[in-house]
Amino acid sequence: MNNKLKAAIIGPGNIGTDLLMKMKRSEWIEPVWMVGIDETSEGLKRAREMGVKTCSTGVDGVLAHIIADDIRIAFDATSAYIHAENSRKLNALGVLMIDLTPAAIGPFCIPPVNLKEHVKKLEMNVNMVTCGGQATIPIVAAVSQIQDVAYGEIIATVSSKSAGPGTRKNIDEFTRTTANAVEEIGGADKGKAIIIINPAEPPLMMRDTVHCLTKDKPDEKAITESILNMVKEVQKYVPGYRIKNGPVFDGNRVSVFLEVEGLGDFLPKYSGNLDIMTAAALRTAEMFAEESASGSLQLPSRA
Amino acid sequence: MNLSGKRVILHDMSLRDGMHAKQHQISIDQMVSIAQGLDQAGIPLIEVTHGDGLGGSSVNYGFPAHSDEDYLNAVIPNMKQAKVSALLIPGIGTVDHLRMAKDLGVSTIRVATHCTEADVAEQHIGLARKLNMDTVGFLMMAHMTSASTILEQAKKMVSYGANCVYCTDSAGYMLPTEVTQKIGLLRRELPKDVEIGFHGHHNMGMAIANSLAAIEAGASRIDGSVAGLGAGAGNTPLEVFVAVLERMNVKSDVDLFSIMDVAEDLVVPMMDHPIRVDREALTLGYAGVYSSFLLFAQRAAKKYGVSARDILVELGRLGTVGGQEDMIEDVAITLSKQLAANK
Repeated sequence: MNNKLKAAIIGPGNIGTDLLMKMKRSEWIEPVWMVGIDETSEGLKRAREMGVKTCSTGVDGVLAHIIADDIRIAFDATSAYIHAENSRKLNALGVLMIDLTPAAIGPFCIPPVNLKEHVKKLEMNVNMVTCGGQATIPIVAAVSQIQDVAYGEIIATVSSKSAGPGTRKNIDEFTRTTANAVEEIGGADKGKAIIIINPAEPPLMMRDTVHCLTKDKPDEKAITESILNMVKEVQKYVPGYRIKNGPVFDGNRVSVFLEVEGLGDFLPKYSGNLDIMTAAALRTAEMFAEESASGSLQLPSRA
Repeated sequence: MNLSGKRVILHDMSLRDGMHAKQHQISIDQMVSIAQGLDQAGIPLIEVTHGDGLGGSSVNYGFPAHSDEDYLNAVIPNMKQAKVSALLIPGIGTVDHLRMAKDLGVSTIRVATHCTEADVAEQHIGLARKLNMDTVGFLMMAHMTSASTILEQAKKMVSYGANCVYCTDSAGYMLPTEVTQKIGLLRRELPKDVEIGFHGHHNMGMAIANSLAAIEAGASRIDGSVAGLGAGAGNTPLEVFVAVLERMNVKSDVDLFSIMDVAEDLVVPMMDHPIRVDREALTLGYAGVYSSFLLFAQRAAKKYGVSARDILVELGRLGTVGGQEDMIEDVAITLSKQLAANK
């Protein structure tokens, strides 16, 4: 019996295509539709070549097929501006929405930290925060699971080639959304996020630094263990996620220096920032599928 | 070189770039008294912000003695003729900081990006223009790319609404020929009503010469810092520059003896270390590394038992850009591991 949940991807750009390639290998999610707005676009052409159905009239064009094709889950890799509409239309048909835009109308999802809660509650829309958030918030959470974090700060450095026009036009969205999630999901009382775009050639691999200021003197042994366990959890879906240096303990400061290498599916390996988003989104969908297959989660009923 | 009869706007950096050299610990009293001294000396524009701009307060760049709001609130009401500017680096500060600065009476906003990444500044430049501010695009680490790319990036900033664009030698790497080439191309190709500015660092001892080359090539705004107080070997020392301009008959409306007194009586006494071309500052210029890395590299060198010069050279080799202070400790740890492995 096939337990795979059928999915639609909205937005056939770099992210959407990378997601499609990863999904093709998934034991839990089956990509059925790729939704775009331009019939002649490269992204839709690629999707057709990879054997999925395509639609070039936006989400409206695929609505009539949702029930017939038993689409249960959708990934939105378009923009914050149209996400709310896309989500409303698909949720109304009982489709779970995974939001890769900065819209964040649903709760933040950082898989190793809070995915289980979302699955339990059957959240119909979850937001994947930002690339920098996916890379760093697990570490902030690993520290705050041991003791109180008064302040969490993350610095994400991405290569110029991997920072698309959407990110650039809305760079404030990155700093705000990530800082909020450092607080809400990371557990820091106060969060701060910084993003740097570096044009070096050959492009540098995504780099992330996490600084936590703990309220009391950090318990070095317990925090180190917690961080190393958390890194293993992230590596389950992003194998190229690793600690470059640290954790460094300096007074109440705990710092970790990370590197994120992508799988190199559609996006080059240096774009760990894009890879960690698509991998986290797919991991999220897979957990919904696993829980649904085991019967512990009831998907919205369909006649 | 004949600059006779030209006019320049001198923009003081001691209370912003100088924050790097003071680890962002300038007191409110020091800030107000220096700003008043500059105001009385006739400096038309004074920058007041955390060294890394609005919102720079962080573990990565250093927590300041006071917030941007507190500094701006203290300085602005005390100015008789000088206007106050603020720096904003997208990715660090946001439009919320920009609105705050505008509300506190900041008249000039300088939106800074790495020299090839102007498009991250669209939101901020656009808003500053809409708020009717003097809006400056600030292309940092301008030695890292060609003159034609600087021009293409400057045009983007102008299209977003900048009325002035800077070619910024953040690493103090440039020699006068490069300044002439880059500023000259900007002046020839940008609309006449767009001003051109130059911001130098003295890491190779070229800040005065570079600033003169910039004026000759068409720059009308020159950044400097009283007593040179700034990152690395400091910025173009303003009192020296004013004396040179006077000898060359360039008009700046700044009184030489007054600014000499501000430098000697107020700024030099509060320096934590002499601002000079020491071994590490020279390495910044030579290796083309962001000037504010200096003190971080010296501290990391001490902590991890490696050479600050080796750290800076490695940061240059890695192609780091402004804002990547987090790489300094990372590189220091990696170098110390290598040292231990080779023992």
